[in-house]
Order: sequence, then C-alpha cells, then structure tokens
Amino acid sequence: MTPAATDPAAGAPVRTRRRPGRVPVALLVPATLGLVFLVLPVAGLLARAPWATLPQRLADPAVLTALRLSLLTATLATLLCLLLGVPLAWLLARVEFPGRRVVRALVTVPLVLPPVVGGVALLLVFGRRGLLGEWLDSAFGLTLPFTTTAVVLAEAFVAMPFLVIAVEGALRGADPRYEEAAATLGAGRWTTFTHVTLPLVAPGLAAGAVLCWARALGEFGATITFAGNFPGRTQTMPIAVYLALETDLEAAVVLSLILLTVSVVILAGLRDRWLTGP
Amino acid sequence: MTAPLLDARLVVDRGTFRLDVPVTVAAGEVVAVLGPNGAGKTTALRALAGLQPLTAGHVTLGGVDLDHPDRRAWTPAERRPVGVVFQDYLLFPHLSARDNVAFGPRRHGVDRRTARRTADEWLTRVGLSGYAGRRPGQLSGGQAQRVALARALAVAPALLLLDEPLAALDARTRLDTRAELQRHLTAHGGATVLVTHDPLDALVLADRLVIVEGGRVVQEGDAVTVTARPRTDYVARLVGLNLYRGHAAGHTVRVGDGLTLTVADRLDGEVFVAFRPAAVALHPHRPDGSPRNTWPATVVGVQRHGDNLRVQLDGPIAVAADVTPAAAAQLRLAPGQPVWAAVKAAETNAYPAT
Repeated sequence: MTPAATDPAAGAPVRTRRRPGRVPVALLVPATLGLVFLVLPVAGLLARAPWATLPQRLADPAVLTALRLSLLTATLATLLCLLLGVPLAWLLARVEFPGRRVVRALVTVPLVLPPVVGGVALLLVFGRRGLLGEWLDSAFGLTLPFTTTAVVLAEAFVAMPFLVIAVEGALRGADPRYEEAAATLGAGRWTTFTHVTLPLVAPGLAAGAVLCWARALGEFGATITFAGNFPGRTQTMPIAVYLALETDLEAAVVLSLILLTVSVVILAGLRDRWLTGP
Repeated sequence: MTAPLLDARLVVDRGTFRLDVPVTVAAGEVVAVLGPNGAGKTTALRALAGLQPLTAGHVTLGGVDLDHPDRRAWTPAERRPVGVVFQDYLLFPHLSARDNVAFGPRRHGVDRRTARRTADEWLTRVGLSGYAGRRPGQLSGGQAQRVALARALAVAPALLLLDEPLAALDARTRLDTRAELQRHLTAHGGATVLVTHDPLDALVLADRLVIVEGGRVVQEGDAVTVTARPRTDYVARLVGLNLYRGHAAGHTVRVGDGLTLTVADRLDGEVFVAFRPAAVALHPHRPDGSPRNTWPATVVGVQRHGDNLRVQLDGPIAVAADVTPAAAAQLRLAPGQPVWAAVKAAETNAYPAT
C-alpha cells in the first residue's frame, strides 16, 4: 500500500477511510425482504384502489356507519381496558401475592388464543345460556350477545393483554422509592397511585392504550363470533371488509383503505406525543 | 430533664443482619448516625420513617408509639409527623419545584392556593424563589437538594430525617450546601436525625454523634468527645487519629507486639491510647533525648495529605505519621525504608476502654 505522502499526484490521501459499521449482507438481505414483505400488501391495496369512484364510495352511508361503530367500540373497549387493566397491571407489578406468576400467564392467554376461540368462550359465559349470561338475563333482562356491548366486550377481551403488559412493564421500570417519598409526605396508597405512580408511568400507559386501541380497531374473529354481523349495531369495519370481499371486491378495498388511513393517522399523531422511543 | 422528643430502639432483623440501635433525640437537637457502608444506617432511617417495620423495640415520638411490635402499635409512613430528605432527593420528576414542595401540605388537607403559597415561602427561605416553576430535571444538584429540604420541612415535621443529604453533590457545592443546611437545621424546632458516612457532615451539622458499625452503636457522644476519644478503628480513622488498645499500669501502656508506650495520663487496666499522626516524628537512626517513646518501623506507603505527607508505618504497631515534604526528602522516605518513630508522652491521650 502506498502512503499518501509519497504520491505527489494525489491531492487527498490515497487510502480512503473504511466506512464504519458496514452492514453485513447476511443481515441486510433478509432485513430488506422483511420490509418488502410488510409493505408490499399495503402497496397492493393502494394499487388496486378504485380512485375514480372513491368519492362516491366514501360517501356511502353504510361505510360511514361501520367506521363510526368501529371507532366508537374501539374507544369504549380501550376505556374498559384502562379501567380494569391498569389496576391489574399495578397488582402484578407492585403486590407480592401467591400465584402471581400464574395470574400473569392467564393475562396473556387472550394474546395467544385464536380470536374466534375467544369469541366462542365469551358466548359460553355471556350467552343466553352462559354461566353469567343466564343470570344476567333472568336478573336484569340483559342479553349481551349480538349487541354493540358485545362488540366492546369482544374487543376488550382481545386487546386488554396489550395494555396490561405495557403498563406492568412501565410500573416495574418506575422507581418505587418515589412512592415511598410520597408516603413520607402524607400521601396514602390511592393518592400516591393517582398523583405519583400514574404520572410516572404516563408514557408507558399511553403506549399501552394506543396498542390496545389499535388491536381493538382491527378485531374480527371474536367480534363476529360473539357479536355477529348486524349493520349499524355490530358490523365493524373489519367485518364489513370481510363481507364486502364476497360480493364487491372494490368495496372491500375501499373499506380497507379507510381502516388503514384512520389507524395510521391516529397512531402517527399519538406517536409523536407519547411513543417517543429510542 | 424533660423526656426526649424522639425515643426509639430500632431492632430490625434482616436475615443474617440484625440492627439494634437505640436513638433518643431532644427537640431542636440534631443527631448524626455515622457509620461505614452496610452498617445499617439507612435501615435505621427507614424504620424511623415507617418505611421499614421494626422486628422489636419501639419508635416513640412526642409520647406516641409510632411502631411498637410488642404493643401491636403501628402508624404507617403517611400518618407520621416525619419529613424525609432522601439521598438522591426523589423529587417528583413530573412536578415543578413549587408543586413538589406543595405536595406535602396538599396531602395534609391544605387547599391548593395556600399550599402553593407555603411552597413559595419555603423556596424563598432556601434561596430558590426564582426557580418555583422549574422541573427537577432543570435544577442543579445543589438546588435539587434544597428543594428536597424545603419539601420535607413544608409539612412542619416533628422529626426530620436526612439520608446522606450531601453525598450526591460535588465538593464545591457540598461546602456551600452544608453551611446552608446547618442554618436550616438550627432553625428546625423538631428533632433531626441525619445519616451519613462523611465525618465532616456529622461534625458540622450534628449536636451529637451516634456511631454505628455492624448494626450496633459503638460510640456515642458530642463532637469533642468523639474526636478526642475514639473507641474503634473506624472512628479513629474518621477523625484522623492513631488508636491502640492496651493494658495500662501507671504511666505505661503495653500495646501491640510487646511495645510499651509512656503516656501523660495515669491509668490502670484496659485503656485506649490515641495520638495525632502529626505527633509522630521520624528519624533515620534511634533518637536520644526527650521523645520517650521510640520504636523501629518500616515505611509501607507515602501519600499526600494536605500540605504534608502521610506516612504509613509497619512495626510493633501500625501507625500513621504526618511529615513535611522537606523532612520526607531528607529521610528519603520510600516503601521498605526502615526508620525510627518517636512520640512524646505529652502528645498522647490515654483513656479507659471500659
């Protein structure tokens, strides 16, 4: 190798610096393939979109009804998950009790369960003949299956683990000594929870809620099993997409596009505020 | 004499470690619990705060049993009239300095506006009136320490606890903050317990020292007594004295490996002998004349110590000697060098060990 100084013709050193951190091909190729695999279906959706008829199709009241129902139920399901899931996460993170590991495993069951199975299980419990359903029917005249409430329940069932896992992780990461400091200042456990613990885990809580909402919005299997398919009542966007697929492919593509746009816009909007990961 | 404001015997069993430390503090008094790492200081503080239940013993504050396992008395941390300044302050990161200080008064039922006014007053008192709106992340270490102090004092605690209050600060800030802290501790009318491993903090801030080693009190007393008459190697090292335990007969004390020291005090039985490193003179040959205690020693190490050099010597007794750089040069001090050490009887301080 010729040192730069002995080469009078070269204005700059002959030896170029090696680029630091060159990516190995063995990682680059599968990484690129992975990205293509994730992006291609979305691109295909965009490519097949009936752009010319899009405005009319968007104005279709049936589409708007399904979209409104989806947004409403996903939001209600998220609220339900927050109400029940945050205390559950706190219990798992902060209180030593026998069988805690079992409880933690149980919480993640809906995560690995096929959603349709979840829907069947919900029917068996809340159905007219179900364990709780029969009692609800006879005591209060309440029937849950095939109602909007059932949609919310199905979505919450499937989405809650996302929230619990995210919040529990955040709680474990939060220094419990802040809670001790609050106690020495006169704060009881509940006040400490609302005034110190929750603000400390707010980013994790927000991330969990967003994941939970996104999962609820996309819920299909448990919903169609437990809540059925009644336009305006239980027909959410994913169900509408599935049904449209059998009759009108273009309609299915339009519905999918809307669902995609709505979730991307909302997730991107929230990401900048809360999900500022590394 | 009136009963002390805080009367406690802190017994905590934690596996193989047992803490058993009696602490009494009068109103207006500042007691420093001093000890090496792992001595149980922080456990003692947590027990006083109610963050660590006692195994036995009691915590009685103003005549009320806050924790007394024998009588099944237990007051949780949030209902104790106690303020704590934690080692790393633990200021709530999501609240401003003002809201951090107002947190305590708010929990004690003070309305928001009054609590904020109280907080502003405290922040002014600790010299941070312009920083009320800042988040803890925007404060320097010294400022955060003062906010933590204001937060602990804002609930007017009967007992103020400080855990290594200056340990997290750099040397320069520590000097200013220590002086500032002393002013506030003097003004505090309740009892104060300060936990530290820094003897200077303890000597400057406290009226009385309780020295804890291995979960036990090894020595207790005011700064003058403790610094003049250490009773353990740890305390002797803290206050910078050579300390030996020996058997006295009149003016002579047998210490270490058959070495007999002549001392000024007349005592019999088990005694401690202490003398300052600066009282030790080093000679190349055996000295004659006035210094009455001489022994051969070997230099083990030489370190800077202020303007002088501190020489560690081995021999019949391990001893530290302070010499001027000029004397060190003259003696050509280096590890392994044999020298003669000499201490005048008048420079020693002997006192009973029991």
